Amino acid sequence: MHPNDPLYRVLYIDLTKKIYWIEDRRELFENYLGGAGVAINLLKEECPRGADPLRPENPIVFAVGPFTGLYPIASKTVAMFKSPLTGNLGESHAGGRSAIAIRMAGYGAIVIKGASKHPVYVAVHGDKVFFRDARALWGIKSSITVARIIREKEPGAGQRAIMRIGRAGENLVKYACVVTETYRHFGRLGLGAVFGSKKLKAFVVSGKRSLPVLDKRRYREIYKELFDTMVKSPLMKKYHDLGTAANVIPLNKIGALPTKNLKESKFENADKISGEYLAEKYLGRRLACAHCPVACIHLAALREPYETEPYFYKTTFISYDYELIYSLGSMLGIRNAEDMLKVLDEVEVLGLDGISSGVVLAWATEAYEKGIINENDTLGLRFKWGDYETYIKALRYIVEQPNEFYKALANGVDYAASKYGGEKFALAFGKNEMPGYHTGYLGYFGFLVGSRHSHLDMGGYSIDQKALGKEYNLDELVVKALREEEWRQILSSLVVCFFARGIYKPEIVAKALEPLGWNLTPEDLGKIGAKIHRLKYEFKFREGFDLDSLRLPHRIFETPTPHGYLDEYKFKEMIEKFKLLIQKQI
Amino acid sequence: MLTKKLDIIDADRCVGCLSCVFACARRYGEGGYDRSAIAVRSVAGVEKGFVVIVCRACTDPPCAKVCPTNALVAKKGGGVFLNPNKCIGCGFCRNACPIGAVMWDEAANKPIICVQCGYCVDFCPHDVIGIVERQTEGV
Repeated sequence: MHPNDPLYRVLYIDLTKKIYWIEDRRELFENYLGGAGVAINLLKEECPRGADPLRPENPIVFAVGPFTGLYPIASKTVAMFKSPLTGNLGESHAGGRSAIAIRMAGYGAIVIKGASKHPVYVAVHGDKVFFRDARALWGIKSSITVARIIREKEPGAGQRAIMRIGRAGENLVKYACVVTETYRHFGRLGLGAVFGSKKLKAFVVSGKRSLPVLDKRRYREIYKELFDTMVKSPLMKKYHDLGTAANVIPLNKIGALPTKNLKESKFENADKISGEYLAEKYLGRRLACAHCPVACIHLAALREPYETEPYFYKTTFISYDYELIYSLGSMLGIRNAEDMLKVLDEVEVLGLDGISSGVVLAWATEAYEKGIINENDTLGLRFKWGDYETYIKALRYIVEQPNEFYKALANGVDYAASKYGGEKFALAFGKNEMPGYHTGYLGYFGFLVGSRHSHLDMGGYSIDQKALGKEYNLDELVVKALREEEWRQILSSLVVCFFARGIYKPEIVAKALEPLGWNLTPEDLGKIGAKIHRLKYEFKFREGFDLDSLRLPHRIFETPTPHGYLDEYKFKEMIEKFKLLIQKQI
Repeated sequence: MLTKKLDIIDADRCVGCLSCVFACARRYGEGGYDRSAIAVRSVAGVEKGFVVIVCRACTDPPCAKVCPTNALVAKKGGGVFLNPNKCIGCGFCRNACPIGAVMWDEAANKPIICVQCGYCVDFCPHDVIGIVERQTEGV
């Protein structure tokens, strides 16, 4: 790397002592690039074995990469922490302006340690860190209002990220998210609860600087090539036109769209919550993450009349993506876009993870149907597929936790089912609520053994879809999936958005690193990727992850996938194969 | 005379990707945006859209009018030329521009002046900015 690139600077913030300092961690970046690679190392250094995720000993690590601020679509921030939801490795990625802001403030990574006694928010403006009183912000109804207030108080307009939690994070809901720039999220695995446990209401970062390169001419040339490819790529066009919501119809068509807690895999109303329908009737604005020409963020404009006064409307902008349409749409049997958008908005206001929230509510609906829970538990709510008003009330209860039942829901579906029963239809993998792909073996395999139990770890859902009508050799595909996850460690260390994975191939990455002063071959990158994956797995094993005691919810075997009914025994074989591969690695 | 200048075609099409901002900094062969002559920020939260600030290449530029050392000189056909050797970094030009298009290079303590090169236009994927021709009287 260029000797004057500020990437090597790691900012440490101690919330207990209200102090901060900067360390030169050049060796970490030289060996692990940035992002996930650097973050897992910092997490291992800072997080003691067996740490309680909601105690001060759990650190929060943010990391960006060498491409951030230099090449397009290197716009993700990787957050690492111990997850309160799974009790194991927590890793969540968000875009917005977060990555550029951290890089422009002059850091490659930020470590937040300890906990404050009273609510604070932290503002990082370049080299200065300010601890600001947030007692008056604690308990504010909407996460959106919190950002509005901070926006007025803090400098750096256009160059800052405002990460904040809602009441879900304050109240330690195990799948509370951190919202950044209103429409992007560190969604999964409960970073919001970790913020809440530290009494950290918000985290603001801003800065402005130049980043040096070694070969200016080559740098400009490669930038132009990459940019032109991105703007012309058909894949990028798909994300720009309809966004990830474009996936609703194709997945429904092949019978892979989990519906009504996966009792079905096709939704009769899929058309009415599809990307096409939303774009036609509701799309109000498209947005981009900073330094990404694609602009995949889609905001629906929902106009609602006030009941008390004629001709008086409020217009709310609500972001939608495929995952939320699945979890808060088809999974809950919600039959039209307007009802669904209202649920999405509530999730945003409260600061919950959309995927987990939907899966939890879907389980509760089926549990209510089956009489496992009753109105005493639900405080009078009658869960019914499609009844969005009940779902909105339930979300508020999950955040307020007025009784044992809602306390259980706030701990995730795995915990709720262990308490009330209904494990067979509690759709969590590694204790993380499932994403929206009932595509076949590889999808579920990825949720099970992916290092963060995310569909994006291995992209198994995509392997499943590509294998339709072709040879489906599970033994080979397990290897392919693991290699894919290893390569994705490089992408998430460069913090390249996975949507650009088709452009940032190993050769291109190596070529693009060169003018910045790095000398790495595609093979070197492959090795670093495998090493990062191994470190993540070492952390998982250290914290008690066990490949022999993985829970597969029975429901996934009851509903046919595009590859037919799945066979539990085959998963056992796949896991055995995976164990051998991992043992070789570690 | 007929001159070419950078202009906002339609700010409502802006998605806030900042590709133009980074492009401007790349003229120096560097990353980041410390020395960019364009700024993009949200109106009041991203849902309300974006403000795109570029130099309008005024034919009678206020920034040049207030320069005490003649470091900023009005160009024929609009816009200004900066002679950094004469500039003392007083910041009058920055205060004089009513749209805030005189950016500031903190390290050098001198203004950043748009030279109307149009490099940024090549990197706007959504036709927010463009190069337009206009008829001017000259100065």
